[in-house]
Amino acid sequence: MLKYILKRILLAIVTIWAVATLTFFLMNMVPGGPFLSEKAISPQATAALEAKYGLDKPLWQQYLTYMAGASHGDFGDSLKQRGRTVMDIITMKFPVSARVGGVSVLVALLLGVPLGCIAALKRGKFLDNLISVVSTCGIAVPSFVICTLLLYFFGVRLQILPTMGLTSWKHYVMPVMALAFYPTAYIMRLMRSSMLDVLGQDYMRTAKAKGLAGGKILFKHALRNAILPVITYVGPLLAYTVTGSFVVEKIFTIPGLGGEFISAINGRDYTLIMGTTIFLATLIILMNVVVDIVYKIVDPRIKLK
Amino acid sequence: MKENPISFQLKLKPEDFLPATEEEKQSQVIMRESVSFWKDGARRLRKNKVAMVSLVVIILVMIFSFIVPSFYPYNYKEQIKGANNLRPMQYSEEEQARIDAGEKVFPHVFGTDKMGRDYAIRVMMGSRISLLVGLIATGIILIIGSIYGSVAAFFGGWVDLVMMRIVDIIYTIPDILLIVLLSFALKAPLAQLKEAPGFAWVGIVGENLISIFVVFALLYWVGMARMVRSQVLMLKESEYVTAARALGVSNAKIIKKHLLTNCIGTLIVTTTLQIPSSIFTESFLSFLGMGVAVPLPSLGSLASDAINGMNTYPYLLFIPALLISLIILSFNLLGDGLRDAFDPKLKN
Repeated sequence: MLKYILKRILLAIVTIWAVATLTFFLMNMVPGGPFLSEKAISPQATAALEAKYGLDKPLWQQYLTYMAGASHGDFGDSLKQRGRTVMDIITMKFPVSARVGGVSVLVALLLGVPLGCIAALKRGKFLDNLISVVSTCGIAVPSFVICTLLLYFFGVRLQILPTMGLTSWKHYVMPVMALAFYPTAYIMRLMRSSMLDVLGQDYMRTAKAKGLAGGKILFKHALRNAILPVITYVGPLLAYTVTGSFVVEKIFTIPGLGGEFISAINGRDYTLIMGTTIFLATLIILMNVVVDIVYKIVDPRIKLK
Repeated sequence: MKENPISFQLKLKPEDFLPATEEEKQSQVIMRESVSFWKDGARRLRKNKVAMVSLVVIILVMIFSFIVPSFYPYNYKEQIKGANNLRPMQYSEEEQARIDAGEKVFPHVFGTDKMGRDYAIRVMMGSRISLLVGLIATGIILIIGSIYGSVAAFFGGWVDLVMMRIVDIIYTIPDILLIVLLSFALKAPLAQLKEAPGFAWVGIVGENLISIFVVFALLYWVGMARMVRSQVLMLKESEYVTAARALGVSNAKIIKKHLLTNCIGTLIVTTTLQIPSSIFTESFLSFLGMGVAVPLPSLGSLASDAINGMNTYPYLLFIPALLISLIILSFNLLGDGLRDAFDPKLKN
């Protein structure tokens, strides 16, 4: 187990390094620069700024300097937001996105898993058909459509929910609904199909034949086996959702990491792009390791190697 | 000849070699035609009502977006004077005057947008673009993903390890970053290419649209590659692969003729389910303003343009939003039906 985790961490470091390197060179290859778009700035001032942030040096030297810093946890200063380090920005914006994202993943799990189970247990009945229709429609609607429809009905027509910011629990309702919509539908489908799979297994019949109580069969035998695909899906989903969705943050005016990332890309804030990318990559890889370990706990038959 | 009592030899008598009688021949006649893979699948698909309805919807949307615009009286670029922001079926004053004078004026079925362009034709063109992006991008993904996945799985070992690590890396880089960077990086070369002789089509198709295809080709094949890899890993252990190899068939031919042909069921299903997700991504990109170039509409850009005027003209938002959901829904349902029909694992 320990050896496995060590191996995974080593592999993760290599992957993060590769992602960082690729991003660094790709970003610098693209025309444009952080100081080109600003108005009323003389060539001398641009040169001075570039010298200050080391952008006048050859690319490989910039790369080495950046990597040396990053390996010590120093991600540099933001090029656009003067006087702020990349770390400051991430630690300020990430919690905002993480709260909204975390709540929505929780909502998706709490709705998706039970509804998927119910659909599988009542296979072919009215409830199953209803849940299937809802979940099939759910995965067919793009997130910006959901956002705008929510905004239109609850924010503009009924005026019962605030449309921007994040100051009270009421502000969370619409963004969370928008973010949780697709995952809920998807988890319902996953849960239903894997539950149907498990219900047809021999050990289910054995458990029933042994005279186990219905609840015990459901939770100990069926659910535990059927939840594995959901875990695989939720791991990366959590990583993506807590780092913020650009669309949702833009429409509901939430000051989160997703919006920050897009404006960093558009403004060529090199250090902020690098910092956020490395942060996101680390989170995704971390979640994948966590998923594997949770797998092992839920299903002891799985061997980690 | 003395018979050995424990011999395994057949005890044949001379009458065993007589020609077969008519009766015996009858039992050899095949009563029913054998059902091929395709016929079997198609029969199952035809029985699936939901899948057939979605197939019909898809065909209707295709007629609506590819054929109807060619004889529709309005053009998607044409700005009709004085016809700004008309409600559905409403006429501008000038058109009303012409109607009063006895002329026939085609109604604006979905109204017009703020620049006075007929919205119905814009929605048709938008769904044409969305469908084209969905189909072409999926084609690119299918080709790259299936080749990459099958090569990785077939050769195995360190080839597989390296190739799959590359997939992991592409998976881990935030796609929005690559999309924005690539679209900026491709802008200048594509603009140059447009000037070159023989490449005028680049300007017609639009640089943004081409860079969307490039992005799909570079990024979104990873899911398909993983899918094909897992299938090929299983298939390459089959006896017919060993047999083919023993006969000296080349690796490329084994992959093409034996392995990919045998995952055709998975390929069909994954491809059909990839189409809606390509349309999804294109609409998202258009929403961010990185999709098709103006004045060409796509369903995503129509919806995002309509958001600002949502309070007064909600139908401008609802029509493309509903249509895009309908298209994605139909492809999803058709994909599910195809899976039920063609996936060998679900046969019983």
